[in-house]
Amino acid sequence: MKRAWFITAALILFLLSSCRQGADSTKSGSSNSQTQAIVNKGSDTLVNLALAWAEKYHKLDPNIDISVTGGGSGTGIAALINKTVDIANASRQIKPEELQQAKTNGVNPMEYIVARDAIAIVVNTSNSVNHLTIQQLSDIYSGKINNWKQVGGEDRIIVRLSRETNSGTHVFFLENVIRLGDSKNKTLFSSDTLLLPSSEGITAETRDNPNAIGYDGLGYVTPEVKVVAVGRSDSGPFVMPSADSVNNRQYPIARDLYMYTDGQPTGRILEYINWIQTQEAQNIVTQLGFVPIKSP
Amino acid sequence: MKSSIKWTELIITPLVRISGYSAIIFVLLIFYFLLREGLPTIGQVSFTNLISTRWYPIENYFGLLPLLGGSLIVTLGAALIAVPIGICTAVYIAEVAPRSAREVLKPIVEVLGGIPSVVLGFLGILLLAPYIRRFLDLPTGLSAIAGSILLSAVAIPTIVSVAEDALDSVPRSYRDAALALGATQWQTIWRVTLPAARSGVLTGVMLGIGRVIGETMAVMMVTGNAAVMPIKWNSLFLPVRTMTATIAAEMGEVANNSTHYHVLFFIGLVLFIISLGINIAASATMFIQRKRSERILS
Repeated sequence: MKRAWFITAALILFLLSSCRQGADSTKSGSSNSQTQAIVNKGSDTLVNLALAWAEKYHKLDPNIDISVTGGGSGTGIAALINKTVDIANASRQIKPEELQQAKTNGVNPMEYIVARDAIAIVVNTSNSVNHLTIQQLSDIYSGKINNWKQVGGEDRIIVRLSRETNSGTHVFFLENVIRLGDSKNKTLFSSDTLLLPSSEGITAETRDNPNAIGYDGLGYVTPEVKVVAVGRSDSGPFVMPSADSVNNRQYPIARDLYMYTDGQPTGRILEYINWIQTQEAQNIVTQLGFVPIKSP
Repeated sequence: MKSSIKWTELIITPLVRISGYSAIIFVLLIFYFLLREGLPTIGQVSFTNLISTRWYPIENYFGLLPLLGGSLIVTLGAALIAVPIGICTAVYIAEVAPRSAREVLKPIVEVLGGIPSVVLGFLGILLLAPYIRRFLDLPTGLSAIAGSILLSAVAIPTIVSVAEDALDSVPRSYRDAALALGATQWQTIWRVTLPAARSGVLTGVMLGIGRVIGETMAVMMVTGNAAVMPIKWNSLFLPVRTMTATIAAEMGEVANNSTHYHVLFFIGLVLFIISLGINIAASATMFIQRKRSERILS
């Protein structure tokens, strides 16, 4: 009996060890010839876009391998300061203290705007409300306004729709709309806000439900829902989101998305940054629901 | 010849034994893993935070009560719908339906059990939720009741299948005796067959409820995922957030070994203990019944 156990144990060990060897050999096999790497890290908002760019660029030039990781804008900029990445992605501008830190470390961050991000406010097509101010949006989502008649609509309960908390859009909306861009403001989403796992969920519920209000990246908006114009104050102007109104900074719920390099880039990094500004790369921006830096 | 048989036996016997015990090993390993990843929660999050009523993990609000309440209310609603329908279906298939109908019905009910829950979720978000909103005049159809209705569709096949088997295995002599004593068919079912199959029917109900509480995808799509305490009288008709949906929605993006990560595993641990409890209760009723029948036979 004991021997039987021994044999099975030996068999399992053998199987496990052979798996291990297999994994190792594939790893060592891939790093051949003269592929050059670009290390790219930062904002979670940008990570999908950066990945799409990296894949496309790798197809155009198979000698360049671009590794993209998320972790947040702060993580990316910290990595740039520590010289562990070639390009840092950020959904905000570099902070003065980060710039100071970079200077003491001998790093000179160069800033590139690579895309823009705008959030559209959507309601049901039967909703009579055409425009809202940022303050009204903040009051709606924090639970201070609960009925459409308080913002000039019908006497209906407001059903608040939001993306899940892990979405970059959720955090951007929280910081720039609900908290009005004030970092000391600690207002939260009203706890009865519906957190939907996808853009499709928000579109479906807004299309069917006359009580609903939702928000999403501009690129995800479909014609089945009504987009509301947003104003910075009661006196307006109330602006509809579009590539133009975002690019000339009239639409209030929008932000630039950045890449940072250490000093003036050269060689493969410069080529990559230049390629990102081209129409070809900017078309990917549109596909992923962001706003391209130049209109097609 | 002789030695070759011995050799294969030497290998096959332990292999069969290992696969037999592997279920236990896997459960223990999973439990250990959940404990290892979930228990650090207790050191990192204060107890008052854990039993608070606000769940907003990106700002370190880790109140578990709304999630626990959400899971319970959805499960309760699903049980209220699925148990009567499931048992009635099982009784009809086993006792009332003619042979031809029976041969069609049972496989069809089992096909219903094979529908992927994400498909149910699609039906729910596109058809059920808008209909519920209009029919009951609710602010939104994405509510606990929508989740309960969809999950009853998950639980009913399990309940029907297990309960029907139990009813079917009641000896024919029981029914013959009841009918010979002048009982109607209804009296026979209600007073004799169903009580005789009680343990199997209860097991079916428990397994059905076990499936409901662990179901994720359909729930995440139709319950609205708003982490509110379901303590109002009409909470069944308002959005809720269940434990399973929370794990599914947040696990993908959470940073490894962060507090949020550990709390999600802690929720998994709570879920594991709940479904373990349900399964133990189910097998306990089976065990009690067996002892009773052994007593009668001896």
